[in-house]
Amino acid sequence: MTEYDELMTALGAAGGDRAILDDPATAHIVVVGKQVVSSRSLPGLEVEADSTEDGVRVKIRLREGIQLALPVHTCFGVVHREGEQQIKIEVVLERNSSARFIAHCLFPNAERVRHVMDAAIEIGAGASMWYQERHFHGPHGGIEVIPRAAVRIGKGGRYTSDFTLTDGRVGSLDIDYDVEADEDAVVELTARVFGHGSDEIRIRERVVLDGENSRGIIKTRIAVEDDAMAEVTGITEGNAAGARGHVDCMEIIRDRAVAKAIPIVSVTHPQAKVTHEAAIGSVDKHQLETLMAHGLAPEEAVDVIVKGMLG
Amino acid sequence: MDVLELCDIYYAATGREILAGLSLSIRAGEVHALLGTNGTGKSTLASMIMGCHGYQPASGEIFFDGTLINNLKIHERARLGLCMAWQEPARFEGLRVRDYLKLGAVAEEPESALQLVGLEPFRYLDRMVDRSLSGGERKRIELASVLALRPKLAILDEPDSGIDMLSTDDIIRVLDRLRSGGSAVLLITHRDEICAAADRASQICGGRIVSTGRPDEIAAAFKNRKCISCDGEVCNDDRI
Repeated sequence: MTEYDELMTALGAAGGDRAILDDPATAHIVVVGKQVVSSRSLPGLEVEADSTEDGVRVKIRLREGIQLALPVHTCFGVVHREGEQQIKIEVVLERNSSARFIAHCLFPNAERVRHVMDAAIEIGAGASMWYQERHFHGPHGGIEVIPRAAVRIGKGGRYTSDFTLTDGRVGSLDIDYDVEADEDAVVELTARVFGHGSDEIRIRERVVLDGENSRGIIKTRIAVEDDAMAEVTGITEGNAAGARGHVDCMEIIRDRAVAKAIPIVSVTHPQAKVTHEAAIGSVDKHQLETLMAHGLAPEEAVDVIVKGMLG
Repeated sequence: MDVLELCDIYYAATGREILAGLSLSIRAGEVHALLGTNGTGKSTLASMIMGCHGYQPASGEIFFDGTLINNLKIHERARLGLCMAWQEPARFEGLRVRDYLKLGAVAEEPESALQLVGLEPFRYLDRMVDRSLSGGERKRIELASVLALRPKLAILDEPDSGIDMLSTDDIIRVLDRLRSGGSAVLLITHRDEICAAADRASQICGGRIVSTGRPDEIAAAFKNRKCISCDGEVCNDDRI
């Protein structure tokens, strides 16, 4: 079996469909290790990728006014037990364009793998980007994942990000996202992670609302069990009139797991408003008892609550 | 035959005696209203019957369908046929109404259960049982879940309370459905017209049942406020 086939098998196991990559109407890029295996551009969408010494460099540009009907699929993975992959990616959405991106990050056999992603994303005025990131790290927990992103959203633009890692082990995850929003721009960051064993989860997300009437929400849902740990830092700054931000963090812990939430809100304009809420603890007793009153055993009830929270 | 029998129950919390020698029997298939002023132990009693954490009686016995259930956990009691609709129902992120109504359900389909509580299925089945629901919507969905379970005994803790109050007709329709399906109901309420839909009623005061009888008589006694401020001293008197 080739590395590509192995990655596609992992894609299937993670709920993806490899057939989508054969669809001529769907743009994509597939990177296995440090090799660009496949990519497809579309009219109005340029996808360029080059191998580098450490990994790959990817450039994606969506031209002004182009609104893609189908999502762009990016598939990054390492199929060996050991390896390192560095992805440098630049995404530009020109004015009034819109696109959805689905990123599949697959490391099915990782025992000692390091994956670093550095993303620079520029969203033009009136443009809209929806970015969904699905990770599958396999059963061993031997992976270090370091996603970094710097996002700038122009006037009236929108950026929605949804990061999910709820199947298999996490390993070590260290997310660091920075988003700056201009006038009337909207940013929504959501992360859902389930840690087991000795997994370590660190998430730092910062939203800077510099534009008038810009809005942002950081929503984090974490469950940790066994000896896993999680530390979530959600930062929102309101620096302009009418800016509205909210940080919402919920973490459920079980066994010997440890969780920490650090919401940081900062306001420098009297007409801006930023709020936060954070809840950490074991499963809510009232929720648990309600489900048990339907006949669910405690462990079944916890499963329903955690799965629901993680979406 | 009694589906529930509470015998000489005592319970105290933070140094205050809440239930003091309470005894009560609920017959199979009957709707039994429980009236009492705030703080008389109605919700405590409901939580104790269901087996909630921290509500174990200090003494006394709870029999359900002939089985002593004092040491059974909530889900074990539920599997025997007990269920409860809380006064303030819990909310769940990411759990759809459709799936919530199927948890443990043996009777109604989610669609028909929603219709019976006055909610249009096509509007609610795919919504989440979370904070996006109003208080009234959430209470209706809780009643729908009780209908879907069709228990031997349903404990309804003040289904009529809340800002977005359910209408009397809605609650009576639920009671009728449960009754016709063979379920008994312990109905905790403050409202006469809801009490009137019961087959029997009891009044709780000072941590014990002070009278049991026809709903209109019990409701009248309750309305006359004979026990509203007596803290059990008058109600426990033989004159009542």
